[in-house]
Amino acid sequence: MNDARVRGAFAAAAGDTASVGLSLFPLGVSLGVLVVHTGLDWWWATVFAAVVYAGSLEFLLLGLVAAATPLGQIAVTALLVNFRHLFYALSFPLRQVRPLGRAYATFALTDEAYAMTAGGRARGWSGARILWMQALCQLYWVAGATLGALAGGLVPAALHGLEFALTALFVVLTLDAWRARRDPPVPLLAAASFAVAAALTPGTPLLTAMGLFTAGLLARHALARRKAARLLVVPEALAVPVPAAAAPVPERCAS
Amino acid sequence: MSGTLYLVSAVAVSAGITWGLRALPFAVLAPLRRSAALRALSLQMPVGLMLILVLYTLRDVDPGTWRTLAPTALGLAAAVLLHLRTRNAVVSILGATALHVTLATLWQT
Repeated sequence: MNDARVRGAFAAAAGDTASVGLSLFPLGVSLGVLVVHTGLDWWWATVFAAVVYAGSLEFLLLGLVAAATPLGQIAVTALLVNFRHLFYALSFPLRQVRPLGRAYATFALTDEAYAMTAGGRARGWSGARILWMQALCQLYWVAGATLGALAGGLVPAALHGLEFALTALFVVLTLDAWRARRDPPVPLLAAASFAVAAALTPGTPLLTAMGLFTAGLLARHALARRKAARLLVVPEALAVPVPAAAAPVPERCAS
Repeated sequence: MSGTLYLVSAVAVSAGITWGLRALPFAVLAPLRRSAALRALSLQMPVGLMLILVLYTLRDVDPGTWRTLAPTALGLAAAVLLHLRTRNAVVSILGATALHVTLATLWQT
């Protein structure tokens, strides 16, 4: 009976992940090909895919380690690139997973795992089904990367520009993020941050650009809050510069 | 630092921070829900960060030589057009990369 329940959860998870697997696997293959073309042994593809397990960061990490980037800079890059994960906790149904499985459920809480459980879709799922869904996603990704790395040696070295896959990946992610939220000042601020960073700190453009961009967004948020406070004509809000985290925004007052 | 030790450290740092960002919020859900600034950041950051990463990957392209500029510009155009048409990440990435590699390899020789 227990066996049957496990099989049911696995079968359901296999169905849940079929379509996302179709994108995870080939992207994993391209990561694997890039790993061997960067000059690393093939099994680093397996290690990157299985241990870091954060798609865009793995692609980026390849370039960073190839340039012998200091660990501190890698740490800040990982923090900023994966900052969005902070908010996946708000809706991921972790409570449906048994305590023992929670370590893995949080480790494997990727964009794909989040997307598949978003919007209350997973409310009725068993813990086993959630864990199988995550394990299968990771399996597709790691298998793709490993196969890509093993086959990567067969791709002739005379082919130029394979690393363009990374550019194309970020173009696609930019367009997807834009579709989710069309806010023209944000990409403009990002482009300006990169231009300033490339001019001022050509050695570490990524870090400076991300720092400037984050600071710019926070400043914009603070300005919008002050403007809203002024419109509401709340004297206290004008007199005291409220710390960003302390005061509720108007939309929350309504709820 | 030796090559392997450096790589292991880079993987460990990246994995540790990523896991931290995914796991720790479950312990502090209430303050996270309250912080309007953090919420605004998480909504606005993705499109900008991804654009910065696009620009970062293009930093070595020499705009003076059309031999490197043309395959990159055409590859970018292909990625954008394919993704607007198909909305399929795999088709867009593989299509644009195939075009770029073909052009870059042909022009190189």
